[in-house]
Amino acid sequence: MSEEKVIKIRLHQAEKCFRSARGEEQQALAPVDLEIAAGSFVCLVGPSGCGKTTLLNLVAGFERPTSGKVEIDGCPVTGSDRNHIMIFQDYGLYPWKSVLGNVLFGLRARGISADEANERALVALDMVGLRTAVDKHPHELSGGMKQRVAIARALAVAPDILFMDEPFAALDAFTRIHLQDELLRIWQERRPTVVFVTHDLDEAITLGQRVVLMAPKPGRIQRVLDIPLTYPRERTRDDFAFFRRQLFEEFHLVHQQAADDVEYSI
Amino acid sequence: MKQLRAILAPAATFLLLLGLWQWVAALDVYPEYLFPSPLAVAQGFAELFSSGDLWPYIGISLLRFAAGYFAAALIALPLGLFFGRCAPLWGAVDPLIQVLRPVSPIAWFPLISLWFGIGNLPAIVIIFLAAFYPILLATVAAVRNVPPLYLKVAENFGASRRKVLWDVVVPAAFPQITVGLHIAIGSAWVFLVAGEMLGVRSGLGYLIIDSRNNLRTDLVLVGIVLIGLLGLLIDRLMGMGERWVKRQWGVA
Ligand SMILES: Nc1ncnc2c1ncn2[C@@H]1O[C@H](COP(=O)(O)OP(=O)(O)O)[C@@H](O)[C@H]1O
Ligand SMILES: [Mg+2]
Repeated sequence: MSEEKVIKIRLHQAEKCFRSARGEEQQALAPVDLEIAAGSFVCLVGPSGCGKTTLLNLVAGFERPTSGKVEIDGCPVTGSDRNHIMIFQDYGLYPWKSVLGNVLFGLRARGISADEANERALVALDMVGLRTAVDKHPHELSGGMKQRVAIARALAVAPDILFMDEPFAALDAFTRIHLQDELLRIWQERRPTVVFVTHDLDEAITLGQRVVLMAPKPGRIQRVLDIPLTYPRERTRDDFAFFRRQLFEEFHLVHQQAADDVEYSI
Repeated sequence: MKQLRAILAPAATFLLLLGLWQWVAALDVYPEYLFPSPLAVAQGFAELFSSGDLWPYIGISLLRFAAGYFAAALIALPLGLFFGRCAPLWGAVDPLIQVLRPVSPIAWFPLISLWFGIGNLPAIVIIFLAAFYPILLATVAAVRNVPPLYLKVAENFGASRRKVLWDVVVPAAFPQITVGLHIAIGSAWVFLVAGEMLGVRSGLGYLIIDSRNNLRTDLVLVGIVLIGLLGLLIDRLMGMGERWVKRQWGVA
């Protein structure tokens, strides 16, 4: 274990405010510090409205911080990057393209030749087990298959960061667990840096080497928890339960605070 | 059973109307030359058909209509794509369009006949005006309705502006644009007659005006029925095209 941990993503006092419709400044994300090591799997977890998507959008370059710094590989993030791919809860597939066409899109956007793009697309579709569905259109697929296509589209361009914003939240429990395992297998094979947003504590503990618990009003980081369990993680084991309990207790604290705030404000 | 009813019910309405028409004509409130019976209209139709005048009338009308409509589409579609992608510019142009759009193409008629003289051109310009605004507005709306997620994904993968336009915006907006094209074809067809009432000596509009001047009301009605039937046919064809597009896109 002599390898030095290389910092891939660094937020320094990164803050994001939005102006609401009534013209008031609203702090979606209070200044946060966070470092994410290259090749690691980090989960952001917290109740809705706590700024998970906002944080992800800052790092992915879809939004600029109101103040503070957001860096990837030591360079400030100035915009979306084709090596840092975001996977959305709503898949973002193009309904008029076939499964293969969707996966080809990212490759062709990079100017990769048709032959090579085709080859890489098929390899990526193989990884997510969709080799036989290449000619189908998104409306013919289940939610789980659609998300697989989106994952294949991202994998095909071999990104060094994968951002995932509640990618499995709309799926049924069986499909979700299946895709979690598949994602872990792919991550271990390719080792991109993964920043995975979820509101499901169990999902966070199943997946993350680190779990970043966030709290709302204003959005902030409440606690960072390292989960030194090996993969694949047995969801029923005692050590899993240990971290689960820890996270739940912390989470109740967050909830208690939120509830108290409401009481005070009344 | 359902299908049978879908055919029988409209057919019954149609027959009822024909019967009513025949009955009123038989009352002899108006003389035959002012209120022709369905039979007289059918005879007028047969007369036009056998004299060989019918097909040229229909042909030239369809040709003028196609010219005006396709010219409108050819200009309105790219303009709509452009304005749809460029919100500030559309903000500058939109008020002007809103002022021009409610003006009936017929109001332009005096100027059109002064500028374009007689012949096919005035009729084509009228059709053009009638089709242009609906197509333009539908295209702008369709482009602006493209889900932001589609654009975000394209941006993320580093697609060029050109690829975004042709590979994302156009196909994403296409189903809604087809709806606009469908609506425009209906509203433009309405103005076919108006366009052919002056300055031309052929086409279905001319058939109606000319027959009135000759007190051939049976032929006036032949013209009206033909315009109605052709309008229906065109609308159905467009509707089929629209459904086909939606099926291909998986949005139906
Ligand atoms: N574009 C925006 N404009 C105004 N307010 C926003 C915008 N995006 C997010 N917010 C606000 O910021 C807060 C955090 O939102 P978000 O990051 O989406 O939370 P999460 O993803 O954890 O549910 C919420 O209160 C939300 O209403
Ligand atoms: Mg969110």
